Amino acid sequence: MEIMILLLFIFVIAAFLGRELISKVPSQLHTPLMSATNAIGGITVVGAVVAVAMFATGTLGMVLSFVAIILATINVVGGYSVTQRMLGMFRKKEDKNG
Amino acid sequence: MINNLAYIVACVLFIMGIKKLGKPDTARRGNFLSALGMLIAVVASFFENEVVQSWNTDNWMQNGYVWALLAVAIGSIIGLLWSKKVKMTGMPELVAIYNGFGGLASFLVAFTQFLRYPSGTETFVAISITLTIFTGAITFTGSMLAWGKLSEKITGRAIVFKGQKAINLLLVLVAIAMIVIFAIPGLDDAVRLVSVLVLSGISLIFGLTLVLPIGGGDMPVVISLLNSLSGIAVAMAGFIIANTVLIVAGALVGASGLMLTLIMCKAMNRSIKNLLFSGFGSTNTASSKGEGVEPKSVSAEDAYLILEAAQSVVFIPGYGMAVAQAQHVVKELAEKLEASGVEVSFVIHPVAGRMPGHMNVLLAEADIPYEQLKTMDEMNPSMPLQDVAIVIGANDVVNPAAETDETSPIYGMPIIKAHEARTVFVLKRGKGKGFSGIENELFGMQNTLMIYGDAKATISSLANEFTND
Repeated sequence: MEIMILLLFIFVIAAFLGRELISKVPSQLHTPLMSATNAIGGITVVGAVVAVAMFATGTLGMVLSFVAIILATINVVGGYSVTQRMLGMFRKKEDKNG
Repeated sequence: MINNLAYIVACVLFIMGIKKLGKPDTARRGNFLSALGMLIAVVASFFENEVVQSWNTDNWMQNGYVWALLAVAIGSIIGLLWSKKVKMTGMPELVAIYNGFGGLASFLVAFTQFLRYPSGTETFVAISITLTIFTGAITFTGSMLAWGKLSEKITGRAIVFKGQKAINLLLVLVAIAMIVIFAIPGLDDAVRLVSVLVLSGISLIFGLTLVLPIGGGDMPVVISLLNSLSGIAVAMAGFIIANTVLIVAGALVGASGLMLTLIMCKAMNRSIKNLLFSGFGSTNTASSKGEGVEPKSVSAEDAYLILEAAQSVVFIPGYGMAVAQAQHVVKELAEKLEASGVEVSFVIHPVAGRMPGHMNVLLAEADIPYEQLKTMDEMNPSMPLQDVAIVIGANDVVNPAAETDETSPIYGMPIIKAHEARTVFVLKRGKGKGFSGIENELFGMQNTLMIYGDAKATISSLANEFTND
């Protein structure tokens, strides 16, 4: 029971932190911010890796986890690289102007 | 032990990353830090005790490391190639589909954990499993439908049918019932299996029915709401396996996504509830007092003569600019105007386009310095001083009905006051209504001139006129 309360506690604190972190972001950065947090959402790949270990005996569990890892990795790698691409365009201009 | 410390490092990097992403100067570094955190977290997960114990076998076919690394490699290659290939105008679709994948992954993780406890488990874990299934499935189908709408594989308009609200309510109630049933200890395994399957089916359908009634113009809000939901699904998955990095990262994504959603809603002067359940854009019946005024239209050549005499020009881009891929020719025209001494600026509505900040990305791609990009609040006071306002494929965000017509579905939404400029050019594909299906009073106004046709062709012919001088 105690561990659950602790986990819930972590969740609530992190949620408030997330709220504070982006309350003053200029609108030009909304897209990169969203695609970057979208990439963070792919952290479920960690869940898939751990999950497959916790259920390593069944074929179905293995297959589902295998697919889950692929999908989550696409989310992570694709999300970060496209964010970098976008931010690169923002920067190019700064270099030119400055 | 070590891997838990690594998770702490990863969480700190995520937090610093998001913080730095909020400022233009540090955004790239922020993205890098957050990606570094992700790498650390994934590597650490390979050293979890359960993972090490269960995977270290001599037979490589049964070695989970081989399969997990293979899966990571496949995912990385697909993700990299895809994000290199995509056009910047296709960003909203891409984010939607990535988001859908993340949701599906969480859904699958929850399913493996259900298989792990065929005879039930403690209530907390059981509820976490079903909540992950619920949120993950909604994220998945909702995002896929959003992707379909954005890429125009299906109609982008709001689809509303009779009894939609009742059906949604029914789906949610049945889902809650299944979540409760699954959590009851000591139930038959078969009942448990049925409840999970029913819940999965219902959640997948609910994702569709939730996004169906949302029209194209509301997509920025929906995309960020689904992003938030995917974060919640991840956090719930973290509760199942008591993994702190999933919980923290999921909560960060969930909360920041929700904040962004609220910012978008505020920019449209609407509540989330109103947005999700009103079927915006489907209300064609709410006619405006357009009085049947036939908009005046001009050719690009005539428009050029007006433009040539202008001292100040403001561009107002909307989704139509993205569709026409017109951002590069817009830049060309802007440069020529500037070269002949015209003061040029761009004003961007917070919800222009199909995702938050969509227009900023496109204009940045075309190399337009962001000092020239103005927000609605910065620009509106000086709008009456502008000689020409060029509206490129924007519609609702410049519709004066939002200020004057109480019966309009968009009444109360803050708009860019394009109609206050001395002359307004509206570039539009055809004479039809916009994406949202709302009549636009601006088009019939005295100082408004319509230029019909492909926005890219129109802009480049304007730019060519300048060259010919």
